[in-house]
Amino acid sequence: MFKKILIVAFVFALFSSINAGPLQAAEGAAHPASQEWTTDGLFGFFDRKQLKRGWQVYSEICASCHSVRLVYYRHLEEIGFSPDEVKKIAAEAEVAAGPNEDGETHNDGELIVRPGKPFDKIVSPYPNDLAARAANAGALPPDLSLMTKARKNGANYLHALLTGYKEAPADFKLTEDMNYNPYFPGSQIAMGEPLSDDGVEYADGTKATVDQMSKDITAFLVWAAEPELEERKRMGVKVMLFLIIFTAMLYAVKRQVWAKLH
Amino acid sequence: MSTPTWKNPIVQWVDHRLPIVTFLDHAIVKYPTPRNLNYWWNFGSLAGLILVIMIGTGIILAMSYTPHTSMAFDSVERIMRDVNYGWLIRYLHMNGGSMFFIAVYIHIFRGMYYGSYKEPRELLWIIGIFIFFAMMSTAFLGYVLPWGQMSFWGATVITNLFSIIPFFGESIVQWLWGGFSIDNPTLNKFYSLHYLMPFVIFALVFVHLWALHTHKSSNPLGIEVKGDEDEIPFHPYYTAKDAYGVGLFLIFFLGFTFFAPNFFGEPDNYIEANPLVTPTHIVPEWYFLPFYAILRAVPDNFVDVWGILPVIISAKAAGVIAMFASILLLLVLPWLDTSKVRSAKFRPTYFWLFWLFVIDTIILGFMGAKPAEGTFLLIGRLATAYYFLHLVIFIPLVGKFEKTKPLPESISAAVTAGGSDAKEGS
Repeated sequence: MFKKILIVAFVFALFSSINAGPLQAAEGAAHPASQEWTTDGLFGFFDRKQLKRGWQVYSEICASCHSVRLVYYRHLEEIGFSPDEVKKIAAEAEVAAGPNEDGETHNDGELIVRPGKPFDKIVSPYPNDLAARAANAGALPPDLSLMTKARKNGANYLHALLTGYKEAPADFKLTEDMNYNPYFPGSQIAMGEPLSDDGVEYADGTKATVDQMSKDITAFLVWAAEPELEERKRMGVKVMLFLIIFTAMLYAVKRQVWAKLH
Repeated sequence: MSTPTWKNPIVQWVDHRLPIVTFLDHAIVKYPTPRNLNYWWNFGSLAGLILVIMIGTGIILAMSYTPHTSMAFDSVERIMRDVNYGWLIRYLHMNGGSMFFIAVYIHIFRGMYYGSYKEPRELLWIIGIFIFFAMMSTAFLGYVLPWGQMSFWGATVITNLFSIIPFFGESIVQWLWGGFSIDNPTLNKFYSLHYLMPFVIFALVFVHLWALHTHKSSNPLGIEVKGDEDEIPFHPYYTAKDAYGVGLFLIFFLGFTFFAPNFFGEPDNYIEANPLVTPTHIVPEWYFLPFYAILRAVPDNFVDVWGILPVIISAKAAGVIAMFASILLLLVLPWLDTSKVRSAKFRPTYFWLFWLFVIDTIILGFMGAKPAEGTFLLIGRLATAYYFLHLVIFIPLVGKFEKTKPLPESISAAVTAGGSDAKEGS
């Protein structure tokens, strides 16, 4: 009995030690509150209406500074846009097409620009990092395609950050051009408060509060970072069911085989 | 064992020319195995299974991966997003790495608890430590390939360890890098070696099994097999038991793969490598954390305090030496352990020492994940000291002074007498 307790304690400790690394909170940052996400849990799924709203927030607000360079226009069909809608969305962007088939550029050496197509990557707001820094007082707006995977407690962190802007406390020395946000490591962030009530007018009529927009854009970015999530969890449930039954059968076989021995 | 004759004429024809069927019959069918192996003995074959899964998924990943600093990160994301079931293969490979270490750590601790490394199985144990070492280098090389922030900075920390080698250190580091910093030649080199190492491991596993099959498995009682009544054929008994273990393990493994694929990972590795931005904390993968804690445990003034070889050894060098020593010491464990009795079942003092050692390595793991400062560093140092005390002082001494419990006459006697031993075999 005692040994079993030891073993359980060992396994438990092993897991908490595994946890200790990844879950370490960033220094000096407030702990983000947990929100409910449709993508959580064994049966997590994408709320496509929400993702469409999130795309609207991204394209109308975030996209002025942040790229999602790993996402293609064609991917937007996965969140409920029709192929025609995707074509339209893509066509609004200008894509540097490079030299045409004959190797021609414009006479002045500028690249030929054409309207975007579904097979294009979503066009980034700046041609490169230096241009991005030059336009943002030296700060680099990070690419958002993997943001929820690239931060501890990704989705909750992002929502807390977007809704967490505050007046800096009197004793806090805020650097010029910076904004106070207790959820950001170091509590000051170059990005100004991006969301304000009714910052977008949702096509589906949802009231665009800061909290609502923050949840929608976060859900959209969870999808952008893990587009396979829904398929993964669905397949996982089937695989688990199969394995549990199969393992139970293997256990029965084992018992049967070993019974001869006793 | 005599050469069996096979009824099937084709089998007979082949076996006469290449006795592969006879070999398999000896190795995994009739192979005599102690009848009392418990479930801790499942982890060896599990580790073998994971090795095969890792090689399989790895070969598929290599088909779509690009080992170039400007494309590696994006090519992994392309696998995740656009390659059919690429996310599954990649998450299997990623989590498979952690599973491999979980299985092997349990396998190693099992060997320690039951004294499996003792005469005549010393070489079996030593080859096992070689495999562990090869696994660590393979895992390190592989972790660099996605070219995330932790890939880059982890590689920086680890390759720099070689700079402590006297006279040649700097040249060796530059040779590893293929230049003056970690860059494209490094990535190419690591990719090539990461593809090579699993096959080295595979060969070592073969030698490991060869040594195993020479003296056969040890067992929870730690006493020698005395006769046929102590043994059962591997098939169907242990094939059935191992299969059940595989089922349980797959539930565990695939549970993480499908529902928490990034549980074991560092979020920073989803940020592309940037030589100009150092992460606040450079943390290795969880399975290296105890060794990382040992590396950082040696105080800066270590040399002054001890006054040994102050010219040659710097604090960094001492840390690196301590880290390598913590693994290399395991090679001589069969000779450090002076006890004639194998199993901790009959060694009341060693029983406690064993569990303290396990707890110590877990504490080291915790401290490896924390910044090396203040209380964390102090605990890390104490745990490091205990690690070496255990191996170098306690293990040799306890064998000399411990009063062991009486050993059972034979395996079959213990099993048929009933009690917990019989249960463990069932």
